[in-house]
Amino acid sequence: MSLSVRLKHTLPGIALDLEFDAPPGVTVLFGRSGSGKTTVVNAVAGLLQPKAGRVAIDDRVLFDTDQGLWLPPHRRRLGYIFQEGRLFPHLTVRQNLSYGRWFAPRSAQRENPDRVIEMLGIGHLLNRRPAMLSGGEKQRVAIGRALLASPRLILADEPLAALDDARKAEILPYFERLRDEVSVPILYVTHSAAEVARLATSVVALQDGKVLRHGPASDVLADPSVAPAGVRAVGALLQVKVAAHHEDGLTELEAGGARLFLPRIPHRIGEALRIRIPAQEVILSSKPPEGLSALNVLEGRVEAIRAGEGPGAIVSVKTPAGVVLARVTRRSVAALGLQPGGQCHAVIKTVALAPQDVGGRVSNA
Amino acid sequence: MGWLGPAELEALRLSLRVSFWATLVTLPFGIFVAYALARWRFPGRQVLNGLVHLPLILPPVVTGYLLLLTFGVQGPLGRLLAEFGIVVAFRWTGAALAAGIMAFPLMVRAIRLSIEAVDPKLEQAGATLGASRALVFATVTLPMILPGVIAGAILAFAKAMGEFGATITFVSNIPGQTQTLPSAVYAFLQVPGGEAAATRLVIISIIIAMGALLMSEYVGRRVAQRVAGS
Repeated sequence: MSLSVRLKHTLPGIALDLEFDAPPGVTVLFGRSGSGKTTVVNAVAGLLQPKAGRVAIDDRVLFDTDQGLWLPPHRRRLGYIFQEGRLFPHLTVRQNLSYGRWFAPRSAQRENPDRVIEMLGIGHLLNRRPAMLSGGEKQRVAIGRALLASPRLILADEPLAALDDARKAEILPYFERLRDEVSVPILYVTHSAAEVARLATSVVALQDGKVLRHGPASDVLADPSVAPAGVRAVGALLQVKVAAHHEDGLTELEAGGARLFLPRIPHRIGEALRIRIPAQEVILSSKPPEGLSALNVLEGRVEAIRAGEGPGAIVSVKTPAGVVLARVTRRSVAALGLQPGGQCHAVIKTVALAPQDVGGRVSNA
Repeated sequence: MGWLGPAELEALRLSLRVSFWATLVTLPFGIFVAYALARWRFPGRQVLNGLVHLPLILPPVVTGYLLLLTFGVQGPLGRLLAEFGIVVAFRWTGAALAAGIMAFPLMVRAIRLSIEAVDPKLEQAGATLGASRALVFATVTLPMILPGVIAGAILAFAKAMGEFGATITFVSNIPGQTQTLPSAVYAFLQVPGGEAAATRLVIISIIIAMGALLMSEYVGRRVAQRVAGS
């Protein structure tokens, strides 16, 4: 199943004009607040009527202004996971979960409630009311409620934005399971590069209501000219395998023959992961560094140097582990004599590899 | 109720019947108008709001006279209803009509407040989960506003019990037919020696009014709890 979107709409302060196709898997709408992400999702859901455009899932048209076609929200069969959960306060968790099933055609009910409840770990909450749930529990129930409506497409509008870091870490794996175990495509809105790195099959970067870039997560995140969430979000994605867990609390990763160390992560040895290395956590050295506390040094060749308007520059370095991005000053570029094609060493501070930038089991990055 | 005379008992029974039907028949309209005022933006919304509130601010005798002009034997709607065999002028049904119209603003206000306390985002969530507008109303909005609806109905019932000015103007003060409790109090006070009967009816009025007010306060407080989800 794939989703195709074409939209034109005007909101105060922003003119939306965009077009993209979302392949199966997780398509992340990525951009700053005010870039039009939520408007796109609401138009797909039918909560907002855009001036012009067309949205279709495969050949099922949800709306097409040229044909004068408009399906109301309740006939679109989508699962919408809202930022604030929006559970029904007068219903128990069990009733919230079955709400969508009351209205879905029997023939379309694919998801088994017991399996979904087990997958989300909410079996012990079924008789509670939403007021008695924590933020993370609410969001898990919201995921289950959307999924059990047997939707053709799942929409998630910054589902983690209202949660603290610990709760985010609690919920992210459930979205990964959703992506890997459920065949429904997901349109996921976020402004967090870490969430993109963990979840995205493909990324649509939005800026001022336009598509800035559309492609695999590794390409979009690595492109400093995109940086839809600001230069701090620029970073490279590396495909790695868990090699060993060490006694001193570190986990050793293997990437294209190179070794990387990071604070212990829960994944099994041999598991394939995708990690995001923020460009601002990488420093460069023209010679092999000595007497340095950082454990991760990758030798490579400078591929490109992109200077912005400020004092900074983004250097891409091709290493055996993959392309690594470094955010350094233009002055350093000159002082080190860095040039495309030249040798250099990328140094990554171990503790800069945060567990929330580690995602599991991504087939196509 | 041995201490009530037959005329007093008759007035009490009539008042209960009038108020019951006035509340029951206006309730669906009250919910609909409250929903429209709370949720929809349409031309004439302020006019509708004003019309609903008119009985609250007009002198009741004016409302009663307007009812007489419209629903009286010679009135346009009165003649229309007469075609179907329904006569409201000088009947208990007319008293119910007057009571319903006078109680309507209170009912709409209470229900409207409870609808405004329901986050429209919850109704949107219901729609994305496949529920049509009517089903969203039945499964999300209505259960959440139910305490407000009950509070509004109790308030309207109490107001209908006490309606006097519009009723006496519209349907007069006919014992057994249109002499409701307040009309009976008024009638007893007009005759020498009627004070004792009037006092008994006054006590009953106070009990009913206070009881209704306390009940509607209690139920109304549960609206907030319900919307907060506890």
